[in-house]
Parts: sequence; structure tokens; C-alpha cells
Amino acid sequence: MWEMIRDIATAICLVVGSLMSFAAALGMLRFPDLLSRMHAATKPQVLGLLLLLMAVALQTGSWATVPILIFAWLLQLVTAPVSAHMVSRAGYRTRHLNRETLERDELDAVVAAHSDRED
Amino acid sequence: MLTVAAWISGILLGLATVLVIVRIMRGPSILERAIAMDVLLAIIIAALCIDMAVAGHTDHLAFVVLACVLGFIGSVTISRYVTDRRNS
Repeated sequence: MWEMIRDIATAICLVVGSLMSFAAALGMLRFPDLLSRMHAATKPQVLGLLLLLMAVALQTGSWATVPILIFAWLLQLVTAPVSAHMVSRAGYRTRHLNRETLERDELDAVVAAHSDRED
Repeated sequence: MLTVAAWISGILLGLATVLVIVRIMRGPSILERAIAMDVLLAIIIAALCIDMAVAGHTDHLAFVVLACVLGFIGSVTISRYVTDRRNS
């Protein structure tokens, strides 16, 4: 009984987790510009990884591996925003964004004020 | 049940890999390619996790932790050295 419930939960975690990767790849291909592609790219990195690590924890069934799995997930959770920030910063500086799709550009005023002060 | 789930997720990951590689080939800038490589690394991590869950072992655990760090270092390094050459 418990074996079957565990297997069903694992199967759901596996399929939904890999669906996240597929959704990200579809978004990478279909979305128009850099910022919206970055939005799609973070799905498998955080939620997909959580689901797949939960599947691993359910199937191995020992508490010894759980801290390592939590460590891997926390590592991804901490580093994903930093790398996304760096990529979007480089994208903004090299003007790889479509100004028409932006509702509001708060960074524009900051950059303009900073370059005024430098001059 | 687990084998069926593994087949479904394997097919999904294969399709995702093809789409990401198309984006890496097409990507207008190096930043798009960096993000697509990140997604490719996430797909590799997903495949390792599926293998661990289905076979019930923990052999790839060290590589899963390592790959998380590797993706971070890669995309930060690439975006650090991207500059606008049209102005200079």
C-alpha cells in the first residue's frame, strides 16, 4: 500500500519536473526577447529541481541523503538569482532588450543620473 | 509505474534538449546562448535525478551539486565579459 503511494508520488514528481524543463525549452524557443527568455529559463532550475530531488528522496528512502539534496537545492536557489542578475545586467548594458515591451524602465533614470555625475 | 514515468520524462527531456539546442544555434547574442546552456545543464541534472530515482541509487548526487555550481560560474563569467563594442 505505502509502496504504491510512494511510487505514484515519485512518478508525478518525475513527470511534472521534466515538464518544467520542456516548458523552459519551449519558452526559450518561442519568447521574443532576452528578458522574457530569462523568465522561462528559471523554471527547471528551481521548481523542477525541487520536484526531481523530492523524487530521489522518496525513492532512496534514507535520511542520510536528504541533507545533501537540500544543500543542492539551496545552492541552486541562491545562485540562480545572482546569475540571472548578471546576465540581465549585461543584456541591459549591451541593449539586448526591446524598449517597446517594457512597461516602465526604472534603471534608465539611474543610469542617466550616474553618467551625468561622471561627466 | 516508475518505468512508464521514466519513459514519459525521458521523451519530454529529449524534446526539450532539441529545442534548447535549436536556440543555442540560432540565439542572436551570446547572452541567449548562455541562458540556453543553463537550461541544458538543468536538463542534464534532471536526467541524472530521474536515473537516481528510478534505479534507486545515489551515485550521481555529487555531480548534481557540482553542476549547480558549474552553471552559476559559467553564466556569471560569460556575462561579466560581455561588452558593448558598438560604442567604443
